[in-house]
Amino acid sequence: MAERLRGFARWETALVVLLVLVAVVGQARTGGDFLDGGNLFYLGLDIGEVALIALPLTLVVVAGEIDLSVASVLGLSSAVMGELWNAGWTIEAIMPTVIVLGAVCGLVNGLLVTRLGLPSLAVTIGTLALYRGLALVVLGDGAVADFPSNFTQFGTTPVPGTWLPYPIVLCAVLAVGFAITLHASSFGRSVFAIGSNEEGARFSGIRVKRVKLLLFVLTGAMAALAGIVYTFRFSSARADNGVGLELAVVAAVLLGGVSIFGGRGSLGGVLAGVLLLGGLRNVLILDDVSTEVLTVVTGLLLLVSVLAPSLTARIRSTSTGRRSP
Amino acid sequence: MDLPPDPPLVLLEGVSKSFGAVRALTDVTLALAPGEAHALLGENGAGKSTLIKTLAGVHRPDAGRLLVDGEEARFSGPADAKAAGIAVIYQEPALFGDLSIAENVYTGRQPLRSGRRIDTRAMHADTTALFTRLGVVLDPARPARGLSIADQQMVEIAKALSFDARVVVMDEPTAALSAREVERLFAVVELLREQGAAVLFVSHRLDEVFSLCQRATVLRDGKHVWSGPLTGETPDGLVRRMVGRELSALFPKQDTEAGDVLLSVSRLTREGVFTDVSFDVRAGEIVGLSGLVGAGRSEVARAIFGIDGVDAGEVAVGGKPLRLGSPTAAMAAGIGFVPEDRRQQGLVVDASVERNVALASLGRLSWFGLLFGRGERRLAEDWAIKLSIKAGRLGAAVSTLSGGNQQKVVLAKWLSRRPSVLIVDEPTRGIDVGTKAEVHRLLSELASEGVAVLMISSELPEVLGMADRVLVMHEGRLVEEIARADATEERVALAAAGRSGAES
Repeated sequence: MAERLRGFARWETALVVLLVLVAVVGQARTGGDFLDGGNLFYLGLDIGEVALIALPLTLVVVAGEIDLSVASVLGLSSAVMGELWNAGWTIEAIMPTVIVLGAVCGLVNGLLVTRLGLPSLAVTIGTLALYRGLALVVLGDGAVADFPSNFTQFGTTPVPGTWLPYPIVLCAVLAVGFAITLHASSFGRSVFAIGSNEEGARFSGIRVKRVKLLLFVLTGAMAALAGIVYTFRFSSARADNGVGLELAVVAAVLLGGVSIFGGRGSLGGVLAGVLLLGGLRNVLILDDVSTEVLTVVTGLLLLVSVLAPSLTARIRSTSTGRRSP
Repeated sequence: MDLPPDPPLVLLEGVSKSFGAVRALTDVTLALAPGEAHALLGENGAGKSTLIKTLAGVHRPDAGRLLVDGEEARFSGPADAKAAGIAVIYQEPALFGDLSIAENVYTGRQPLRSGRRIDTRAMHADTTALFTRLGVVLDPARPARGLSIADQQMVEIAKALSFDARVVVMDEPTAALSAREVERLFAVVELLREQGAAVLFVSHRLDEVFSLCQRATVLRDGKHVWSGPLTGETPDGLVRRMVGRELSALFPKQDTEAGDVLLSVSRLTREGVFTDVSFDVRAGEIVGLSGLVGAGRSEVARAIFGIDGVDAGEVAVGGKPLRLGSPTAAMAAGIGFVPEDRRQQGLVVDASVERNVALASLGRLSWFGLLFGRGERRLAEDWAIKLSIKAGRLGAAVSTLSGGNQQKVVLAKWLSRRPSVLIVDEPTRGIDVGTKAEVHRLLSELASEGVAVLMISSELPEVLGMADRVLVMHEGRLVEEIARADATEERVALAAAGRSGAES
């Protein structure tokens, strides 16, 4: 681990350096607008949903699985929210209902993975389409926009006296909880053990299937929560809310140093990854760069984050003169 | 040594092969004559597999020569061995399940017609011709998936015939076959012999060896012990040759008074794996579970610990029935399990020493599921001293430790839970002599503290030195229970070979 830890520490250092670099360059290119409170508020709003979903997805990826259906769960929860509001439900009743619905979506993913032994990549590509399709069935291509302003203000105004958006405050509180769960609880130890060596974890009495199932349920619930935040932010419930957001979330998690093969990663790294992606995007938008370039940059960063660990490992092994048998 | 009557087809001369510090083969000589079926015999770990893989071109020998038709051959890979006419049929052939039988036979060498298209018709006709020679009825067009192991072997043999193999090595081919399938296989071996091929036959079943083979070679501890014609030999004589080593190392099992029954296994059955296994282990006892690899020993241990389910039978720990199929339940009942495969099952090798030591004790170390403070570190420090684990830092990955120290980490992981029943599967495999003695001392101490120890081991001296009683499994059944005073290498080896009635 020592070597891995050093490599990992280097990666987190690199993230911080990159963050500073983005801030400095952003500040210079935008004439000081980047670190302006108003801009930071919008940056915070912009990364809120990605951050909320990246929290549980970090645990899923550390456990060696993946969930690509998160953005569709977000869309489905947004659509259901709109439909229930139309049906006359109160927001206080809608929110827990939608979160339970997200948990059920996660449960379906989890059961397919753990009980039927299917690869999570295939399962969640399937449910990615399924949940988005259900969202369209629920709400069609219309939109529900007449949510009460005492709720939508949480998505459009900062916490009084600061430039902090409400979703970021929510994220910060939950991030502490997730960090403790991953790094300072027996559950977190099980997640790491499963990701490094599932069989070894089973032989140590860890309930592998139950842990994985819980992670998928948690991810579904958090994606639904992100759906609520998204709906309030745009004051609009639509079936196509958050299309393609899974790419940003997975990119942030991998960029944050979580190994796609499981067993390695930290929540702090992922938060840095979310900030870096969001910051970069923000700078490019302020700089009037087109969205196509933005997508290209996101894709490239994703590739770099996946390549970096294996490249450094290869360089290290050739420099020490070790050959594979 | 005796030489075969004809000039040999293949001659391995003075072959040695080491893997790191382990000498798998030392100065081994083997001659195969055309038209003979030659048995290769030896205990687990005697070097049979290494010898076969050397013939197959998988391993390159460190010393010695390989002669094919009297000319020296150097195999740089399995393809060279194949080109020299040597084919190996493994116990469970690895066919391409989605390809047809004919495509499997002709993988990479399919007959072509114009435009480099595969001539399916010719391929099927050729395959049918091969099967007719073998006296086997199989449709060349059906996919290989779903074929019985016996039929898969026939496909492999057809493949061997198709490139005119003159040496066919069969590695325990009968282990998974029914009696009728064995008969068919033997008929094919006879056919190969008539055509002048040499067959090297590896089997633990001595009756088969005697009915099929003309000559045999016995290996022991990687060394050549004996080669000669089987006429005039007896099964018991061969077993003696396979085992016949002096008890060099002494293992210090202290005498203890056996207490209450802590582990009681009754009529445990997992279909196709083991059948009707019943035994008890008492407090203070070390019970050895012996048998050949594949006899079902590890599988019984896995079932007791709940890794695999069972079809019938019960297990009780300390008199209370155990819920089977759940490692968590087994652990709660007080069972610890040091599994056979240290790196895959015993450890999370990428994680640190302290994480590994604490992995089975997380519930005890945490407070409402939270792990604050230095509980894991303190547990690991404690056990690192008790078992004198040599690790640079407790935060270092387990993969940086030597095999012996890795095994101590596994032991620490389980001993820190203070189990009342400890199952150890091959506790000293692949670890150095010094650490081995430490592990034996530790097991003996545990027994004297009142732990019930079930020890699975393929090393007879270890079993005989450590165990108060030896249970022997053969083909999924418990065939014999031998008290410490009556346990000899011969008796255990005979029982393991399924010949318990034949001693004297």
